[in-house]
Amino acid sequence: MNIASVLASKGVRVVTIGPDASIRQALALLAEHNIGAVVVVDAGSRPVGILSERDIVRAASRDEGVFGLRVTAIMTHQVILGSPSDDLASVGSTMVERRIRHLPVVDSGKLVGIVSIGDIVKAQRDHYQGELDTLQVQILATEPPKGAPAH
Amino acid sequence: MARPGTAAQPLRAAIVGAGPTGYYAAEHLFRSSGLVVEVDMFDRLPTPYGLVRAGVAPDHQKIKSVTAAFDRIAATPGFRFFGGVELGKHLSVEDLRRHYHQILYATGAQTDRRMGIPGEDLLGSHPATEFVAWYNGHPDYRDCQFDVACERAAVVGVGNVAVDVARILCRTADELAKTDIADYALEALAASRVKEVVLLGRRGPAQAAFTNPEIKELGELADADVATLPEEVELDPLSRAALERRPDRATQKKVEILASYARRPPSGKSRRLVVRFLVSPVELRGDPTGRLTSIRLVRNRLVATDMGALQPKPTERFEDLSVGLVFRSVGYRGVPLPGVPFHDAWAVILNDKGRVLDPDTRKPLTGEYTAGWIKRGPTGVIGTNKPDAGETVACMAEDVAAGQTLAPSEPSAGAAENLVRLRQPKFISYPDWLRLDELEVARGRATGRPRIKLTRVEEMLAALGR
Repeated sequence: MNIASVLASKGVRVVTIGPDASIRQALALLAEHNIGAVVVVDAGSRPVGILSERDIVRAASRDEGVFGLRVTAIMTHQVILGSPSDDLASVGSTMVERRIRHLPVVDSGKLVGIVSIGDIVKAQRDHYQGELDTLQVQILATEPPKGAPAH
Repeated sequence: MARPGTAAQPLRAAIVGAGPTGYYAAEHLFRSSGLVVEVDMFDRLPTPYGLVRAGVAPDHQKIKSVTAAFDRIAATPGFRFFGGVELGKHLSVEDLRRHYHQILYATGAQTDRRMGIPGEDLLGSHPATEFVAWYNGHPDYRDCQFDVACERAAVVGVGNVAVDVARILCRTADELAKTDIADYALEALAASRVKEVVLLGRRGPAQAAFTNPEIKELGELADADVATLPEEVELDPLSRAALERRPDRATQKKVEILASYARRPPSGKSRRLVVRFLVSPVELRGDPTGRLTSIRLVRNRLVATDMGALQPKPTERFEDLSVGLVFRSVGYRGVPLPGVPFHDAWAVILNDKGRVLDPDTRKPLTGEYTAGWIKRGPTGVIGTNKPDAGETVACMAEDVAAGQTLAPSEPSAGAAENLVRLRQPKFISYPDWLRLDELEVARGRATGRPRIKLTRVEEMLAALGR
């Protein structure tokens, strides 16, 4: 299973913001979409950073004027990007190891989506649940599929 | 208008596609609390079960036994099946909108991905999905021809479908005769002269998609020796490091099994099944008549992406393998439905948790939903579609509660049936299917087979006296 299969049913809406927008605007976006991070993109829609709740909390603890700051001043510049063909297991453990909660996904330089650690956990849960169900069916099948009664 | 979902006006849902996902969605719908639901399930084939009938290998009858659960779902009052009814041919999305409050597309992934290399269309090069549909008696593929008079066949890919194809090619006539493989396929494969089948994986043993039971089964074939190459099953440093960082018993076991195959001496069986790794086909070559003669492979090495996923990177080392048959099994691919938005790059219906999205506004379309492979792409096992369909049905129930459904002008079971009768008088109902099912099983009983499939639509209709 890869990242593409997670993105397909996420509606591919990626909430983005420009580096020169204010933190106030960023917070409004986070609240409006009920999300934990926005991808910061340049004029050519290329990801140049990511701004998460954590970044804002960290900045607010240092500077009460955080609302007026520009996004680029406090965003994480070293943004780690995923690709639709990355497999879920590697992505999941890398996100845990590096404490990344949101992973922007790019395909040939274009931002095509974002996955959160919650999306990965859900996909893995569904995957294992599915395997479990399938195994149960097989283990419980003692008769060939169409024995006698059923109908 | 009163909300649908009551005894006076049941919620009428159309499910397009009678594969596992369609059944799971029906089950979830019937279990939606507080809703009275009527489900009409459509399939373009006369027979239900989707890939469980037409995809799961005939020598894997236990996997097929999931159909008993599907039949129980189909026995729920309010469930109807219309087999042989195709969206875009007999019914349009507009027709469905006039008769149903909600429409769910669960059409799966009907075709295969191409390799995108020269020579892919030479005679003798086939999608694995065609071969699978052929040996499983799919009416659209029963007249396909596969040249099993050649000595060596290659299967590109190391997923479970690739393994199925390789295994079926290596089974003896006696082994196959115990299955419900289509009669004509049994006959053709009994005359097969294929001596060697080579599975080709682009990455290493630790990244192969097949599961351990499948790979173990390859070591237990009656008349085929399995082999791997020691240098290809030896773990590369990146895979070793990844496994040490995140120990995963299933992967460790997989690598062990594959390594043990490299040490197995040939036991003199008449066929050989070789599992290769770290090779990608770059070209298929043919003779002047356009018939496949060989496949050119490039050796790969693995590189890690930012996220730690290991991807193949071609080297400068090439290898030519003479083959008469190539099956590409590099992934299934969904096909667009007439009148339904489609995301071409990912080959899925764009959706948000199952709600179909308008491609322009990216807002949900009222009353249209999707689940299964056409929703998320071709991943997971049969059971994975159950939670997936559950997510979609939860959205459907939420939308009913919010009054967000279609407003059909003729929301009754009778009106829908009349329309189907008008457009496709030869449709197959669930009781019809159960009769065909009994007939197939009875035909098999005489020769000790699970069933003998009817593989032509006319045959099925004739058997029903129509």
